Amino acid sequence: MSLSQDDVKRIAALARIEIDDAQAQATQTQLNTIFDLIAAMQAVDTGGIAPMAHAQEVFQRLRDDAVTETDRHAVFQAIAPAVENGLYLVPKVIE
Amino acid sequence: MPDTSLSALAAQLAARQVSSRELAQTYLDRIAALNPAINAFITVDAEKTLAEAAAADALIAAGNAGPLTGVPIAHKDIFCTDGWLTTCGSKMLSNFVAPYDAHVIQRFKAAGMPSLGKTNMDEFAMGSSNETSFFGAVKNPWNPAYVPGGSSGGAAACVAARMAPAATGTDTGGSIRQPAALCGITGLKPTYGLVSRFGMIAFASSLDQAGPMAPSAEDCALLLNVMTGFDPNDSTSLERDKEDYTRDLQKPLAGLRVGLPKEFFAEGLNSEVAAAVDAAVNELKKLGATTVEISLANSKLAIPVYYVLAPAEASSNLSRFDGVRYGYRAPEYADLNDMYAKTRAQGFGAEVKRRILIGTYVLSHGYYDAYYLQAQKIRRLIADDFAEAFKACDVILGPTAPGTAFKLGEKSDDPVEMYLNDLYTIPANLAGLPGMSLPCGFDAQGLPIGLQLVGNYFSEAKMLNVAHQYQRATDWHARRPEGLQ
Repeated sequence: MSLSQDDVKRIAALARIEIDDAQAQATQTQLNTIFDLIAAMQAVDTGGIAPMAHAQEVFQRLRDDAVTETDRHAVFQAIAPAVENGLYLVPKVIE
Repeated sequence: MPDTSLSALAAQLAARQVSSRELAQTYLDRIAALNPAINAFITVDAEKTLAEAAAADALIAAGNAGPLTGVPIAHKDIFCTDGWLTTCGSKMLSNFVAPYDAHVIQRFKAAGMPSLGKTNMDEFAMGSSNETSFFGAVKNPWNPAYVPGGSSGGAAACVAARMAPAATGTDTGGSIRQPAALCGITGLKPTYGLVSRFGMIAFASSLDQAGPMAPSAEDCALLLNVMTGFDPNDSTSLERDKEDYTRDLQKPLAGLRVGLPKEFFAEGLNSEVAAAVDAAVNELKKLGATTVEISLANSKLAIPVYYVLAPAEASSNLSRFDGVRYGYRAPEYADLNDMYAKTRAQGFGAEVKRRILIGTYVLSHGYYDAYYLQAQKIRRLIADDFAEAFKACDVILGPTAPGTAFKLGEKSDDPVEMYLNDLYTIPANLAGLPGMSLPCGFDAQGLPIGLQLVGNYFSEAKMLNVAHQYQRATDWHARRPEGLQ
């Protein structure tokens, strides 16, 4: 398997990372080297093996449906790039 | 002062031979003198440190001190620390003052241990040399032309240079153990789930685990007593009875069965490292241990598996950095999507972007089964190998890293070459097992060599017992770099 420069640009768009042609070219070479390393995995027969998502067999805990957090929005919004009237500001999405 | 163990520092504080403020000032002076050359700290705030030390002195005066109250510690800059800059080594968080404490920080505060500052690290803990930090590379205190390892490179370097008596680190694929090895200190990655990940900036959530870094195993045992414990804020935190990790330190090693994985002593291992590890095995035999050859046949697949799973989890975790709620935002953009794309292009460094792209790709439509699912299946094979091995031995021993520290810049242009540093450390993360590194010698250039122990789940007390008995019989862990007196 080998990634093309268009593949790299498509992945970068999915990941919301701006990339120009020169960067895409350099990245393409590096990613292909890394995927060559990863390719060793494909030869392994894993038929009948259950995938392991986690080190411990843990289950989501349930707790009482009670308020446990206090309102700290002023503290959290104090470090935001742009805030107005208690709302996070982003560029206009809908005309 | 700089060579004093945590238990001796605690005893001096209890006996009022020194105050916490005096102790903190001693280390702050050492940081001021040595850090410009080593770059182990991103943030030092003497005023905050001394205020925390004064509070510790008040606890001691009131008779409310715990075992380590007043002993200062440095924290990896991955832990959110209320009111402190918390950068994770990234431009993305270069302006982020955390509005709350990570659970680990809460525990050290509750124990009355003042923070000496925030240590440098590879950006978002992605690296094995500490060269990917936005705040510049950390230098190895044993030779400043060499890397300290990573990602907890600042933590390892500050302990090696005795700028702090101990430090916290995190380990996703070896980020506590590999820098501990390269800097000649002791570091332990606990069983997954023992230490809460709450407030620890996430890299790969199914692998990330915090742990202690200090000169000796005894120090690490004391720190582990502080760090571990159930936290309802982490859905993977384990509900277990509290353990005293110092309880077995003094036990003799007679009857200990040490497993030697043949795959860890094969091609690719530096001969000086192999010789030092062999000498350590002989030392343990003198102390009553026996050895047994074991096989971790699938461990050779650990790097490929890791470089699918960790980037996949990272690509998801790092999607939160979008320039909206905190951290960096690009100064100019056309619209919302452009703001995301420019913010992330400018805020992340090259290695972080590489891993996000790998992760995005392996999770994308049509590739999930071939990469992500296949990697998860081989992860189980790797964990099963360990389960089989622990039927024949109590602890697994091998090298921590295939070589000693390498020169700054030597591997930074070759990601794959860099990844191979974690060949022996990654398997324990994939299985969720505890692992530790301790010093076992030096190479011809005077650079430290690390010995790795991997234990079964929840066998930290046993591993610390083995390490402590080894450190009673040897003095590798007590050495420190010349020229940094």
